[in-house]
Amino acid sequence: MYSFKYQKAKSVDDAAKVISKNADAKVLAGGQSLVAAMKLRLAHPTDIVDLGTIRELSGIKADKSAVTIGAMTRHAEVAASAEVKKAIPALAALAGGIGDRQVRNMGTIGGSLANNDPAADYPAGVLGLAATIITNKRKISADEFFKGLYETALAQGEIITAVSFPVPKRAAYTKFKNPASRYAIVGVFVAESGSGVRVAVTGAGPCVFRVPEMEKALAAKFAPESVANIKVPDKNLNSDLHAKADYRAHLITVMARRAVEAALK
Amino acid sequence: MGATPYIGAAIKRKEDYRFLVGAGNYTDDIALPGQTYACFVRSPHAHAKIKAIRKDKALKAPGVVAIFTGDDLAEAKVNGLPCGWLITDVNGQPMKEPPHPCLAQGKVRHVGDQVAVVIAESTQQAKDAAEMVQVDYDVLPAVVRAGEARKKGAPVVHDIAPDNICYIWGLGDKAAVDKAFSSAAHVTTLEFINNRLIPNAIEPRAANATYSRADDSYTLYVASQNPHVERLLMTAFVLGLPEHKVRVVAPDVGGGFGSKIYLYAEDVVMTWATKKINRPVKWTAERSESFVSDAHGRDHVTKAELALDASGKFLAMRVTTTANMGAYLSTFASCIPTILYATLLAGQYTTPAIYAEVTAVFTNTAPVDAYRGAGRPEATYVVERLVETAAREMKMNPVEIRRRNFITSFPYQTPVALLYDTGNYEATLAESLKVADVAGFSARKADAARRGKLRGLGYSCYIEACGIAPSNVAGALGARAGLFEAGEVRVHPTGKVTVFTGSHSHGQGHETTFAQVVADRLGIPMDDVDIVHGDTSKVLFGMGTYGSRSIAVGGAAIVKALDKVVAKGKKIAAHLLEAAEADIEFKDGAFVVKGTDKKKAFAEVSLAAYVPHNYPLDKLEPGLNENAFYDPANFTFPAGSHICEVEVDPDTGTVKVVNFTAVDDFGKIINPMIVEGQVHGGLTQGIGQALTEGCHYDPQSGQLVTGSYLDYCMPRADDVPAYKVGTKETPCTHNPLGVKGCGEAGAIGAPAALINAITDALGVKDIEMPATPQRVWRVCQENRIKAAA
Repeated sequence: MYSFKYQKAKSVDDAAKVISKNADAKVLAGGQSLVAAMKLRLAHPTDIVDLGTIRELSGIKADKSAVTIGAMTRHAEVAASAEVKKAIPALAALAGGIGDRQVRNMGTIGGSLANNDPAADYPAGVLGLAATIITNKRKISADEFFKGLYETALAQGEIITAVSFPVPKRAAYTKFKNPASRYAIVGVFVAESGSGVRVAVTGAGPCVFRVPEMEKALAAKFAPESVANIKVPDKNLNSDLHAKADYRAHLITVMARRAVEAALK
Repeated sequence: MGATPYIGAAIKRKEDYRFLVGAGNYTDDIALPGQTYACFVRSPHAHAKIKAIRKDKALKAPGVVAIFTGDDLAEAKVNGLPCGWLITDVNGQPMKEPPHPCLAQGKVRHVGDQVAVVIAESTQQAKDAAEMVQVDYDVLPAVVRAGEARKKGAPVVHDIAPDNICYIWGLGDKAAVDKAFSSAAHVTTLEFINNRLIPNAIEPRAANATYSRADDSYTLYVASQNPHVERLLMTAFVLGLPEHKVRVVAPDVGGGFGSKIYLYAEDVVMTWATKKINRPVKWTAERSESFVSDAHGRDHVTKAELALDASGKFLAMRVTTTANMGAYLSTFASCIPTILYATLLAGQYTTPAIYAEVTAVFTNTAPVDAYRGAGRPEATYVVERLVETAAREMKMNPVEIRRRNFITSFPYQTPVALLYDTGNYEATLAESLKVADVAGFSARKADAARRGKLRGLGYSCYIEACGIAPSNVAGALGARAGLFEAGEVRVHPTGKVTVFTGSHSHGQGHETTFAQVVADRLGIPMDDVDIVHGDTSKVLFGMGTYGSRSIAVGGAAIVKALDKVVAKGKKIAAHLLEAAEADIEFKDGAFVVKGTDKKKAFAEVSLAAYVPHNYPLDKLEPGLNENAFYDPANFTFPAGSHICEVEVDPDTGTVKVVNFTAVDDFGKIINPMIVEGQVHGGLTQGIGQALTEGCHYDPQSGQLVTGSYLDYCMPRADDVPAYKVGTKETPCTHNPLGVKGCGEAGAIGAPAALINAITDALGVKDIEMPATPQRVWRVCQENRIKAAA
């Protein structure tokens, strides 16, 4: 790790000020990606602004129509939350399946979304549930938020403060893990709500994406067989040692089918 | 007190307390006054000429103490690393032994090859400065695969081996084999790769060296499996230092699996540099460094054929293997795919004729050497894949074909040099069939099919050879070291005992097992016995721990020393009891005059030995301290039967190991709990090889793609089932404990059982290891395999 300057943020505005002034400064949330990259000397921020002490960034609020999760809420808290389990059990299960126990006790929803790792789980839940990302400056819809490989709609100096999830009628997340890293090779989040069905896929491409053909078929009939024969073209999918694009394309179909099965249970 | 049957008791490990409370003492825990820290500059290229190394900028970096390169070592006449086993090729020529410099001399030959060392006041400063060392490379084309290395026009790794061949070696009667094949009713042929593995001990390698001006002596603390061998090789062959001036300490070591047997460049560089800078210098590998610089395991490309008669009797076996040595010959690399591989090809069977030819090649990859099993997993894979495949091709029951060919009378001379002393293969097989409930398999398969899954069953009846020996035979086969073990029993005046062993425990639990043997033999409480190992200044000598040799060779040396203690004790007791020495027997911790109640307790005799007032000083030296060297008459031959049951999800290619049964014959067992732990660990590593672990170098660039846990998949708890294990005992006939060794058996037997089970589930002939989900899915696609339901 290279040396860097560390400071605790007193407020979100305070943190935003530091990173607006200095492109080499980084906000620290749970540190599960950033700190690992720093240890390997792959990341070299000059300044670290720790959001860990801003209490209002943490916590879960739920009512009949929505669940709102503070940006600094740890995955383990979401997984264990009675409110989340009741309102959107698929979201609690997703959080409970991220990384390992240590990662879940440190990692945060805001950190995960801001990083937008192509194999992260939360992007699938956020896009699948049509959540709204709330920042210190504005509200961004999930469809607008994810821009590409590690890219989001966040502007410089913009910090996620919370994420609001509308409560769906039913939903499920199914993930096929990379055997080594346990990141998603393919993760599919399926949700049915009053406004229709959404299918969001993580891990398979450079960035989380929706599958309109599956959504249409499921809107017509929410059943596993509706997606069983829908193939996503493998042209733009990731390809590596563990899973070439054609295998990933196949797994999208299998995981989508299983997600629908799980949502109906 | 006394008479406690410690041998055979499942006693909890004495050493666990210190490990569980964090009171262990590992090399990296050792901080010496004036400590400095080293960081190695390593090659980012698989193959390149070094045009220039510029260190001026780095030398000015904060905290830098010194920077050394290959030129400095050459100037100081530091030799390269030696190889400990000379293989003589089919034409009677010695193998090619290219130099293995401790710091690169003009050329780098694999990613991670060490180019320079930076020593600084802190690890961070050393790392910062290492990034400032500028190395100009002239990048050359690389070759990483064994098969490619033999092709015409392949990049040449060493000038002295222009065809990249280290040796071509053969074992067995080729003419007899060819003749048997020409008249065989059936021939089964398989071609496969035995995948390269990266060891991944939980404690990375580390070395901390210090020099004393006071007496011109050195101490090296190092994560090693065999400190005496490390010292011998380093002083006699590399640094030319007087052996008695170098102390090597291998303190607590967190796992080795073979990877810490060898003399590594980093250990030499630390020892050499400490005198240069006159300060202690420590290096601890980072995990990513371990991936590219630890010796790897396996990496064979093999064509194997089995000739059978119409009844399924094996007539002959023919095996052709290309073994990847990596960029340099590691300490014992040359004997792994030869002496420890081809000699095991008889397996448990009476195959009358066997011929194996092994070509060892150099490539631009990390050196390959012994890794848990070392040659024997590769041999078992050949034999047990062939046998299972032959049964399927001949529509025979895989159990029946094995039974038909089992060796049943002992001793048995195989056609590949080994003499099996004892065994009972039917016993382990029969027990495993029961434990695995093979009878219920078809019902379980049908149930799986209803759930859309494919079940398969696979067998592996393995044999292995432990405690490589005797020294003179090994020497005739090219070993450049002895293969005995040494032990010393120091009885203190009060009857407490300290035992010094040349074996080294790095997770095996010797402090418990060996203490059980000593306490049992002396009839004293285990708490009265401590085992000391891993320090050349304390232990008289040692060949270390590898090849599952510790109890069979190290334990036997201790027993020999114990026998001497008892013999001397009898003399002392005879004097004290005023009886004839021949009338004294040692029983339940006391020296007794036969047929009387006259006796002296062990501690009374030891006290007399150290306070020799009433003592036969004219005939006997005082004291009670004995040592022994034990050179085994033969290998030991643990064997067993593994049965693996898998469930394959054809939709995703996922293989779940649902049942794994291992019934092993390790001879006499000292501590069944520790043995079971060894079996669990070995099986998990075997499952790792078959299912998850695949070292992958990019064939063009030679970069290690699987250079971290993000891509190199170690097996985890949820990858393996709750094992069902059992044992059968046929005691080894030629060592005093009747023990055979158990450390590697799991890793040796498991891969074949697993691949046999997967191919059974899929109904295909073969699948490459590791059988990752993607690979299994592709096989399903190619063969249109779908869920039955």
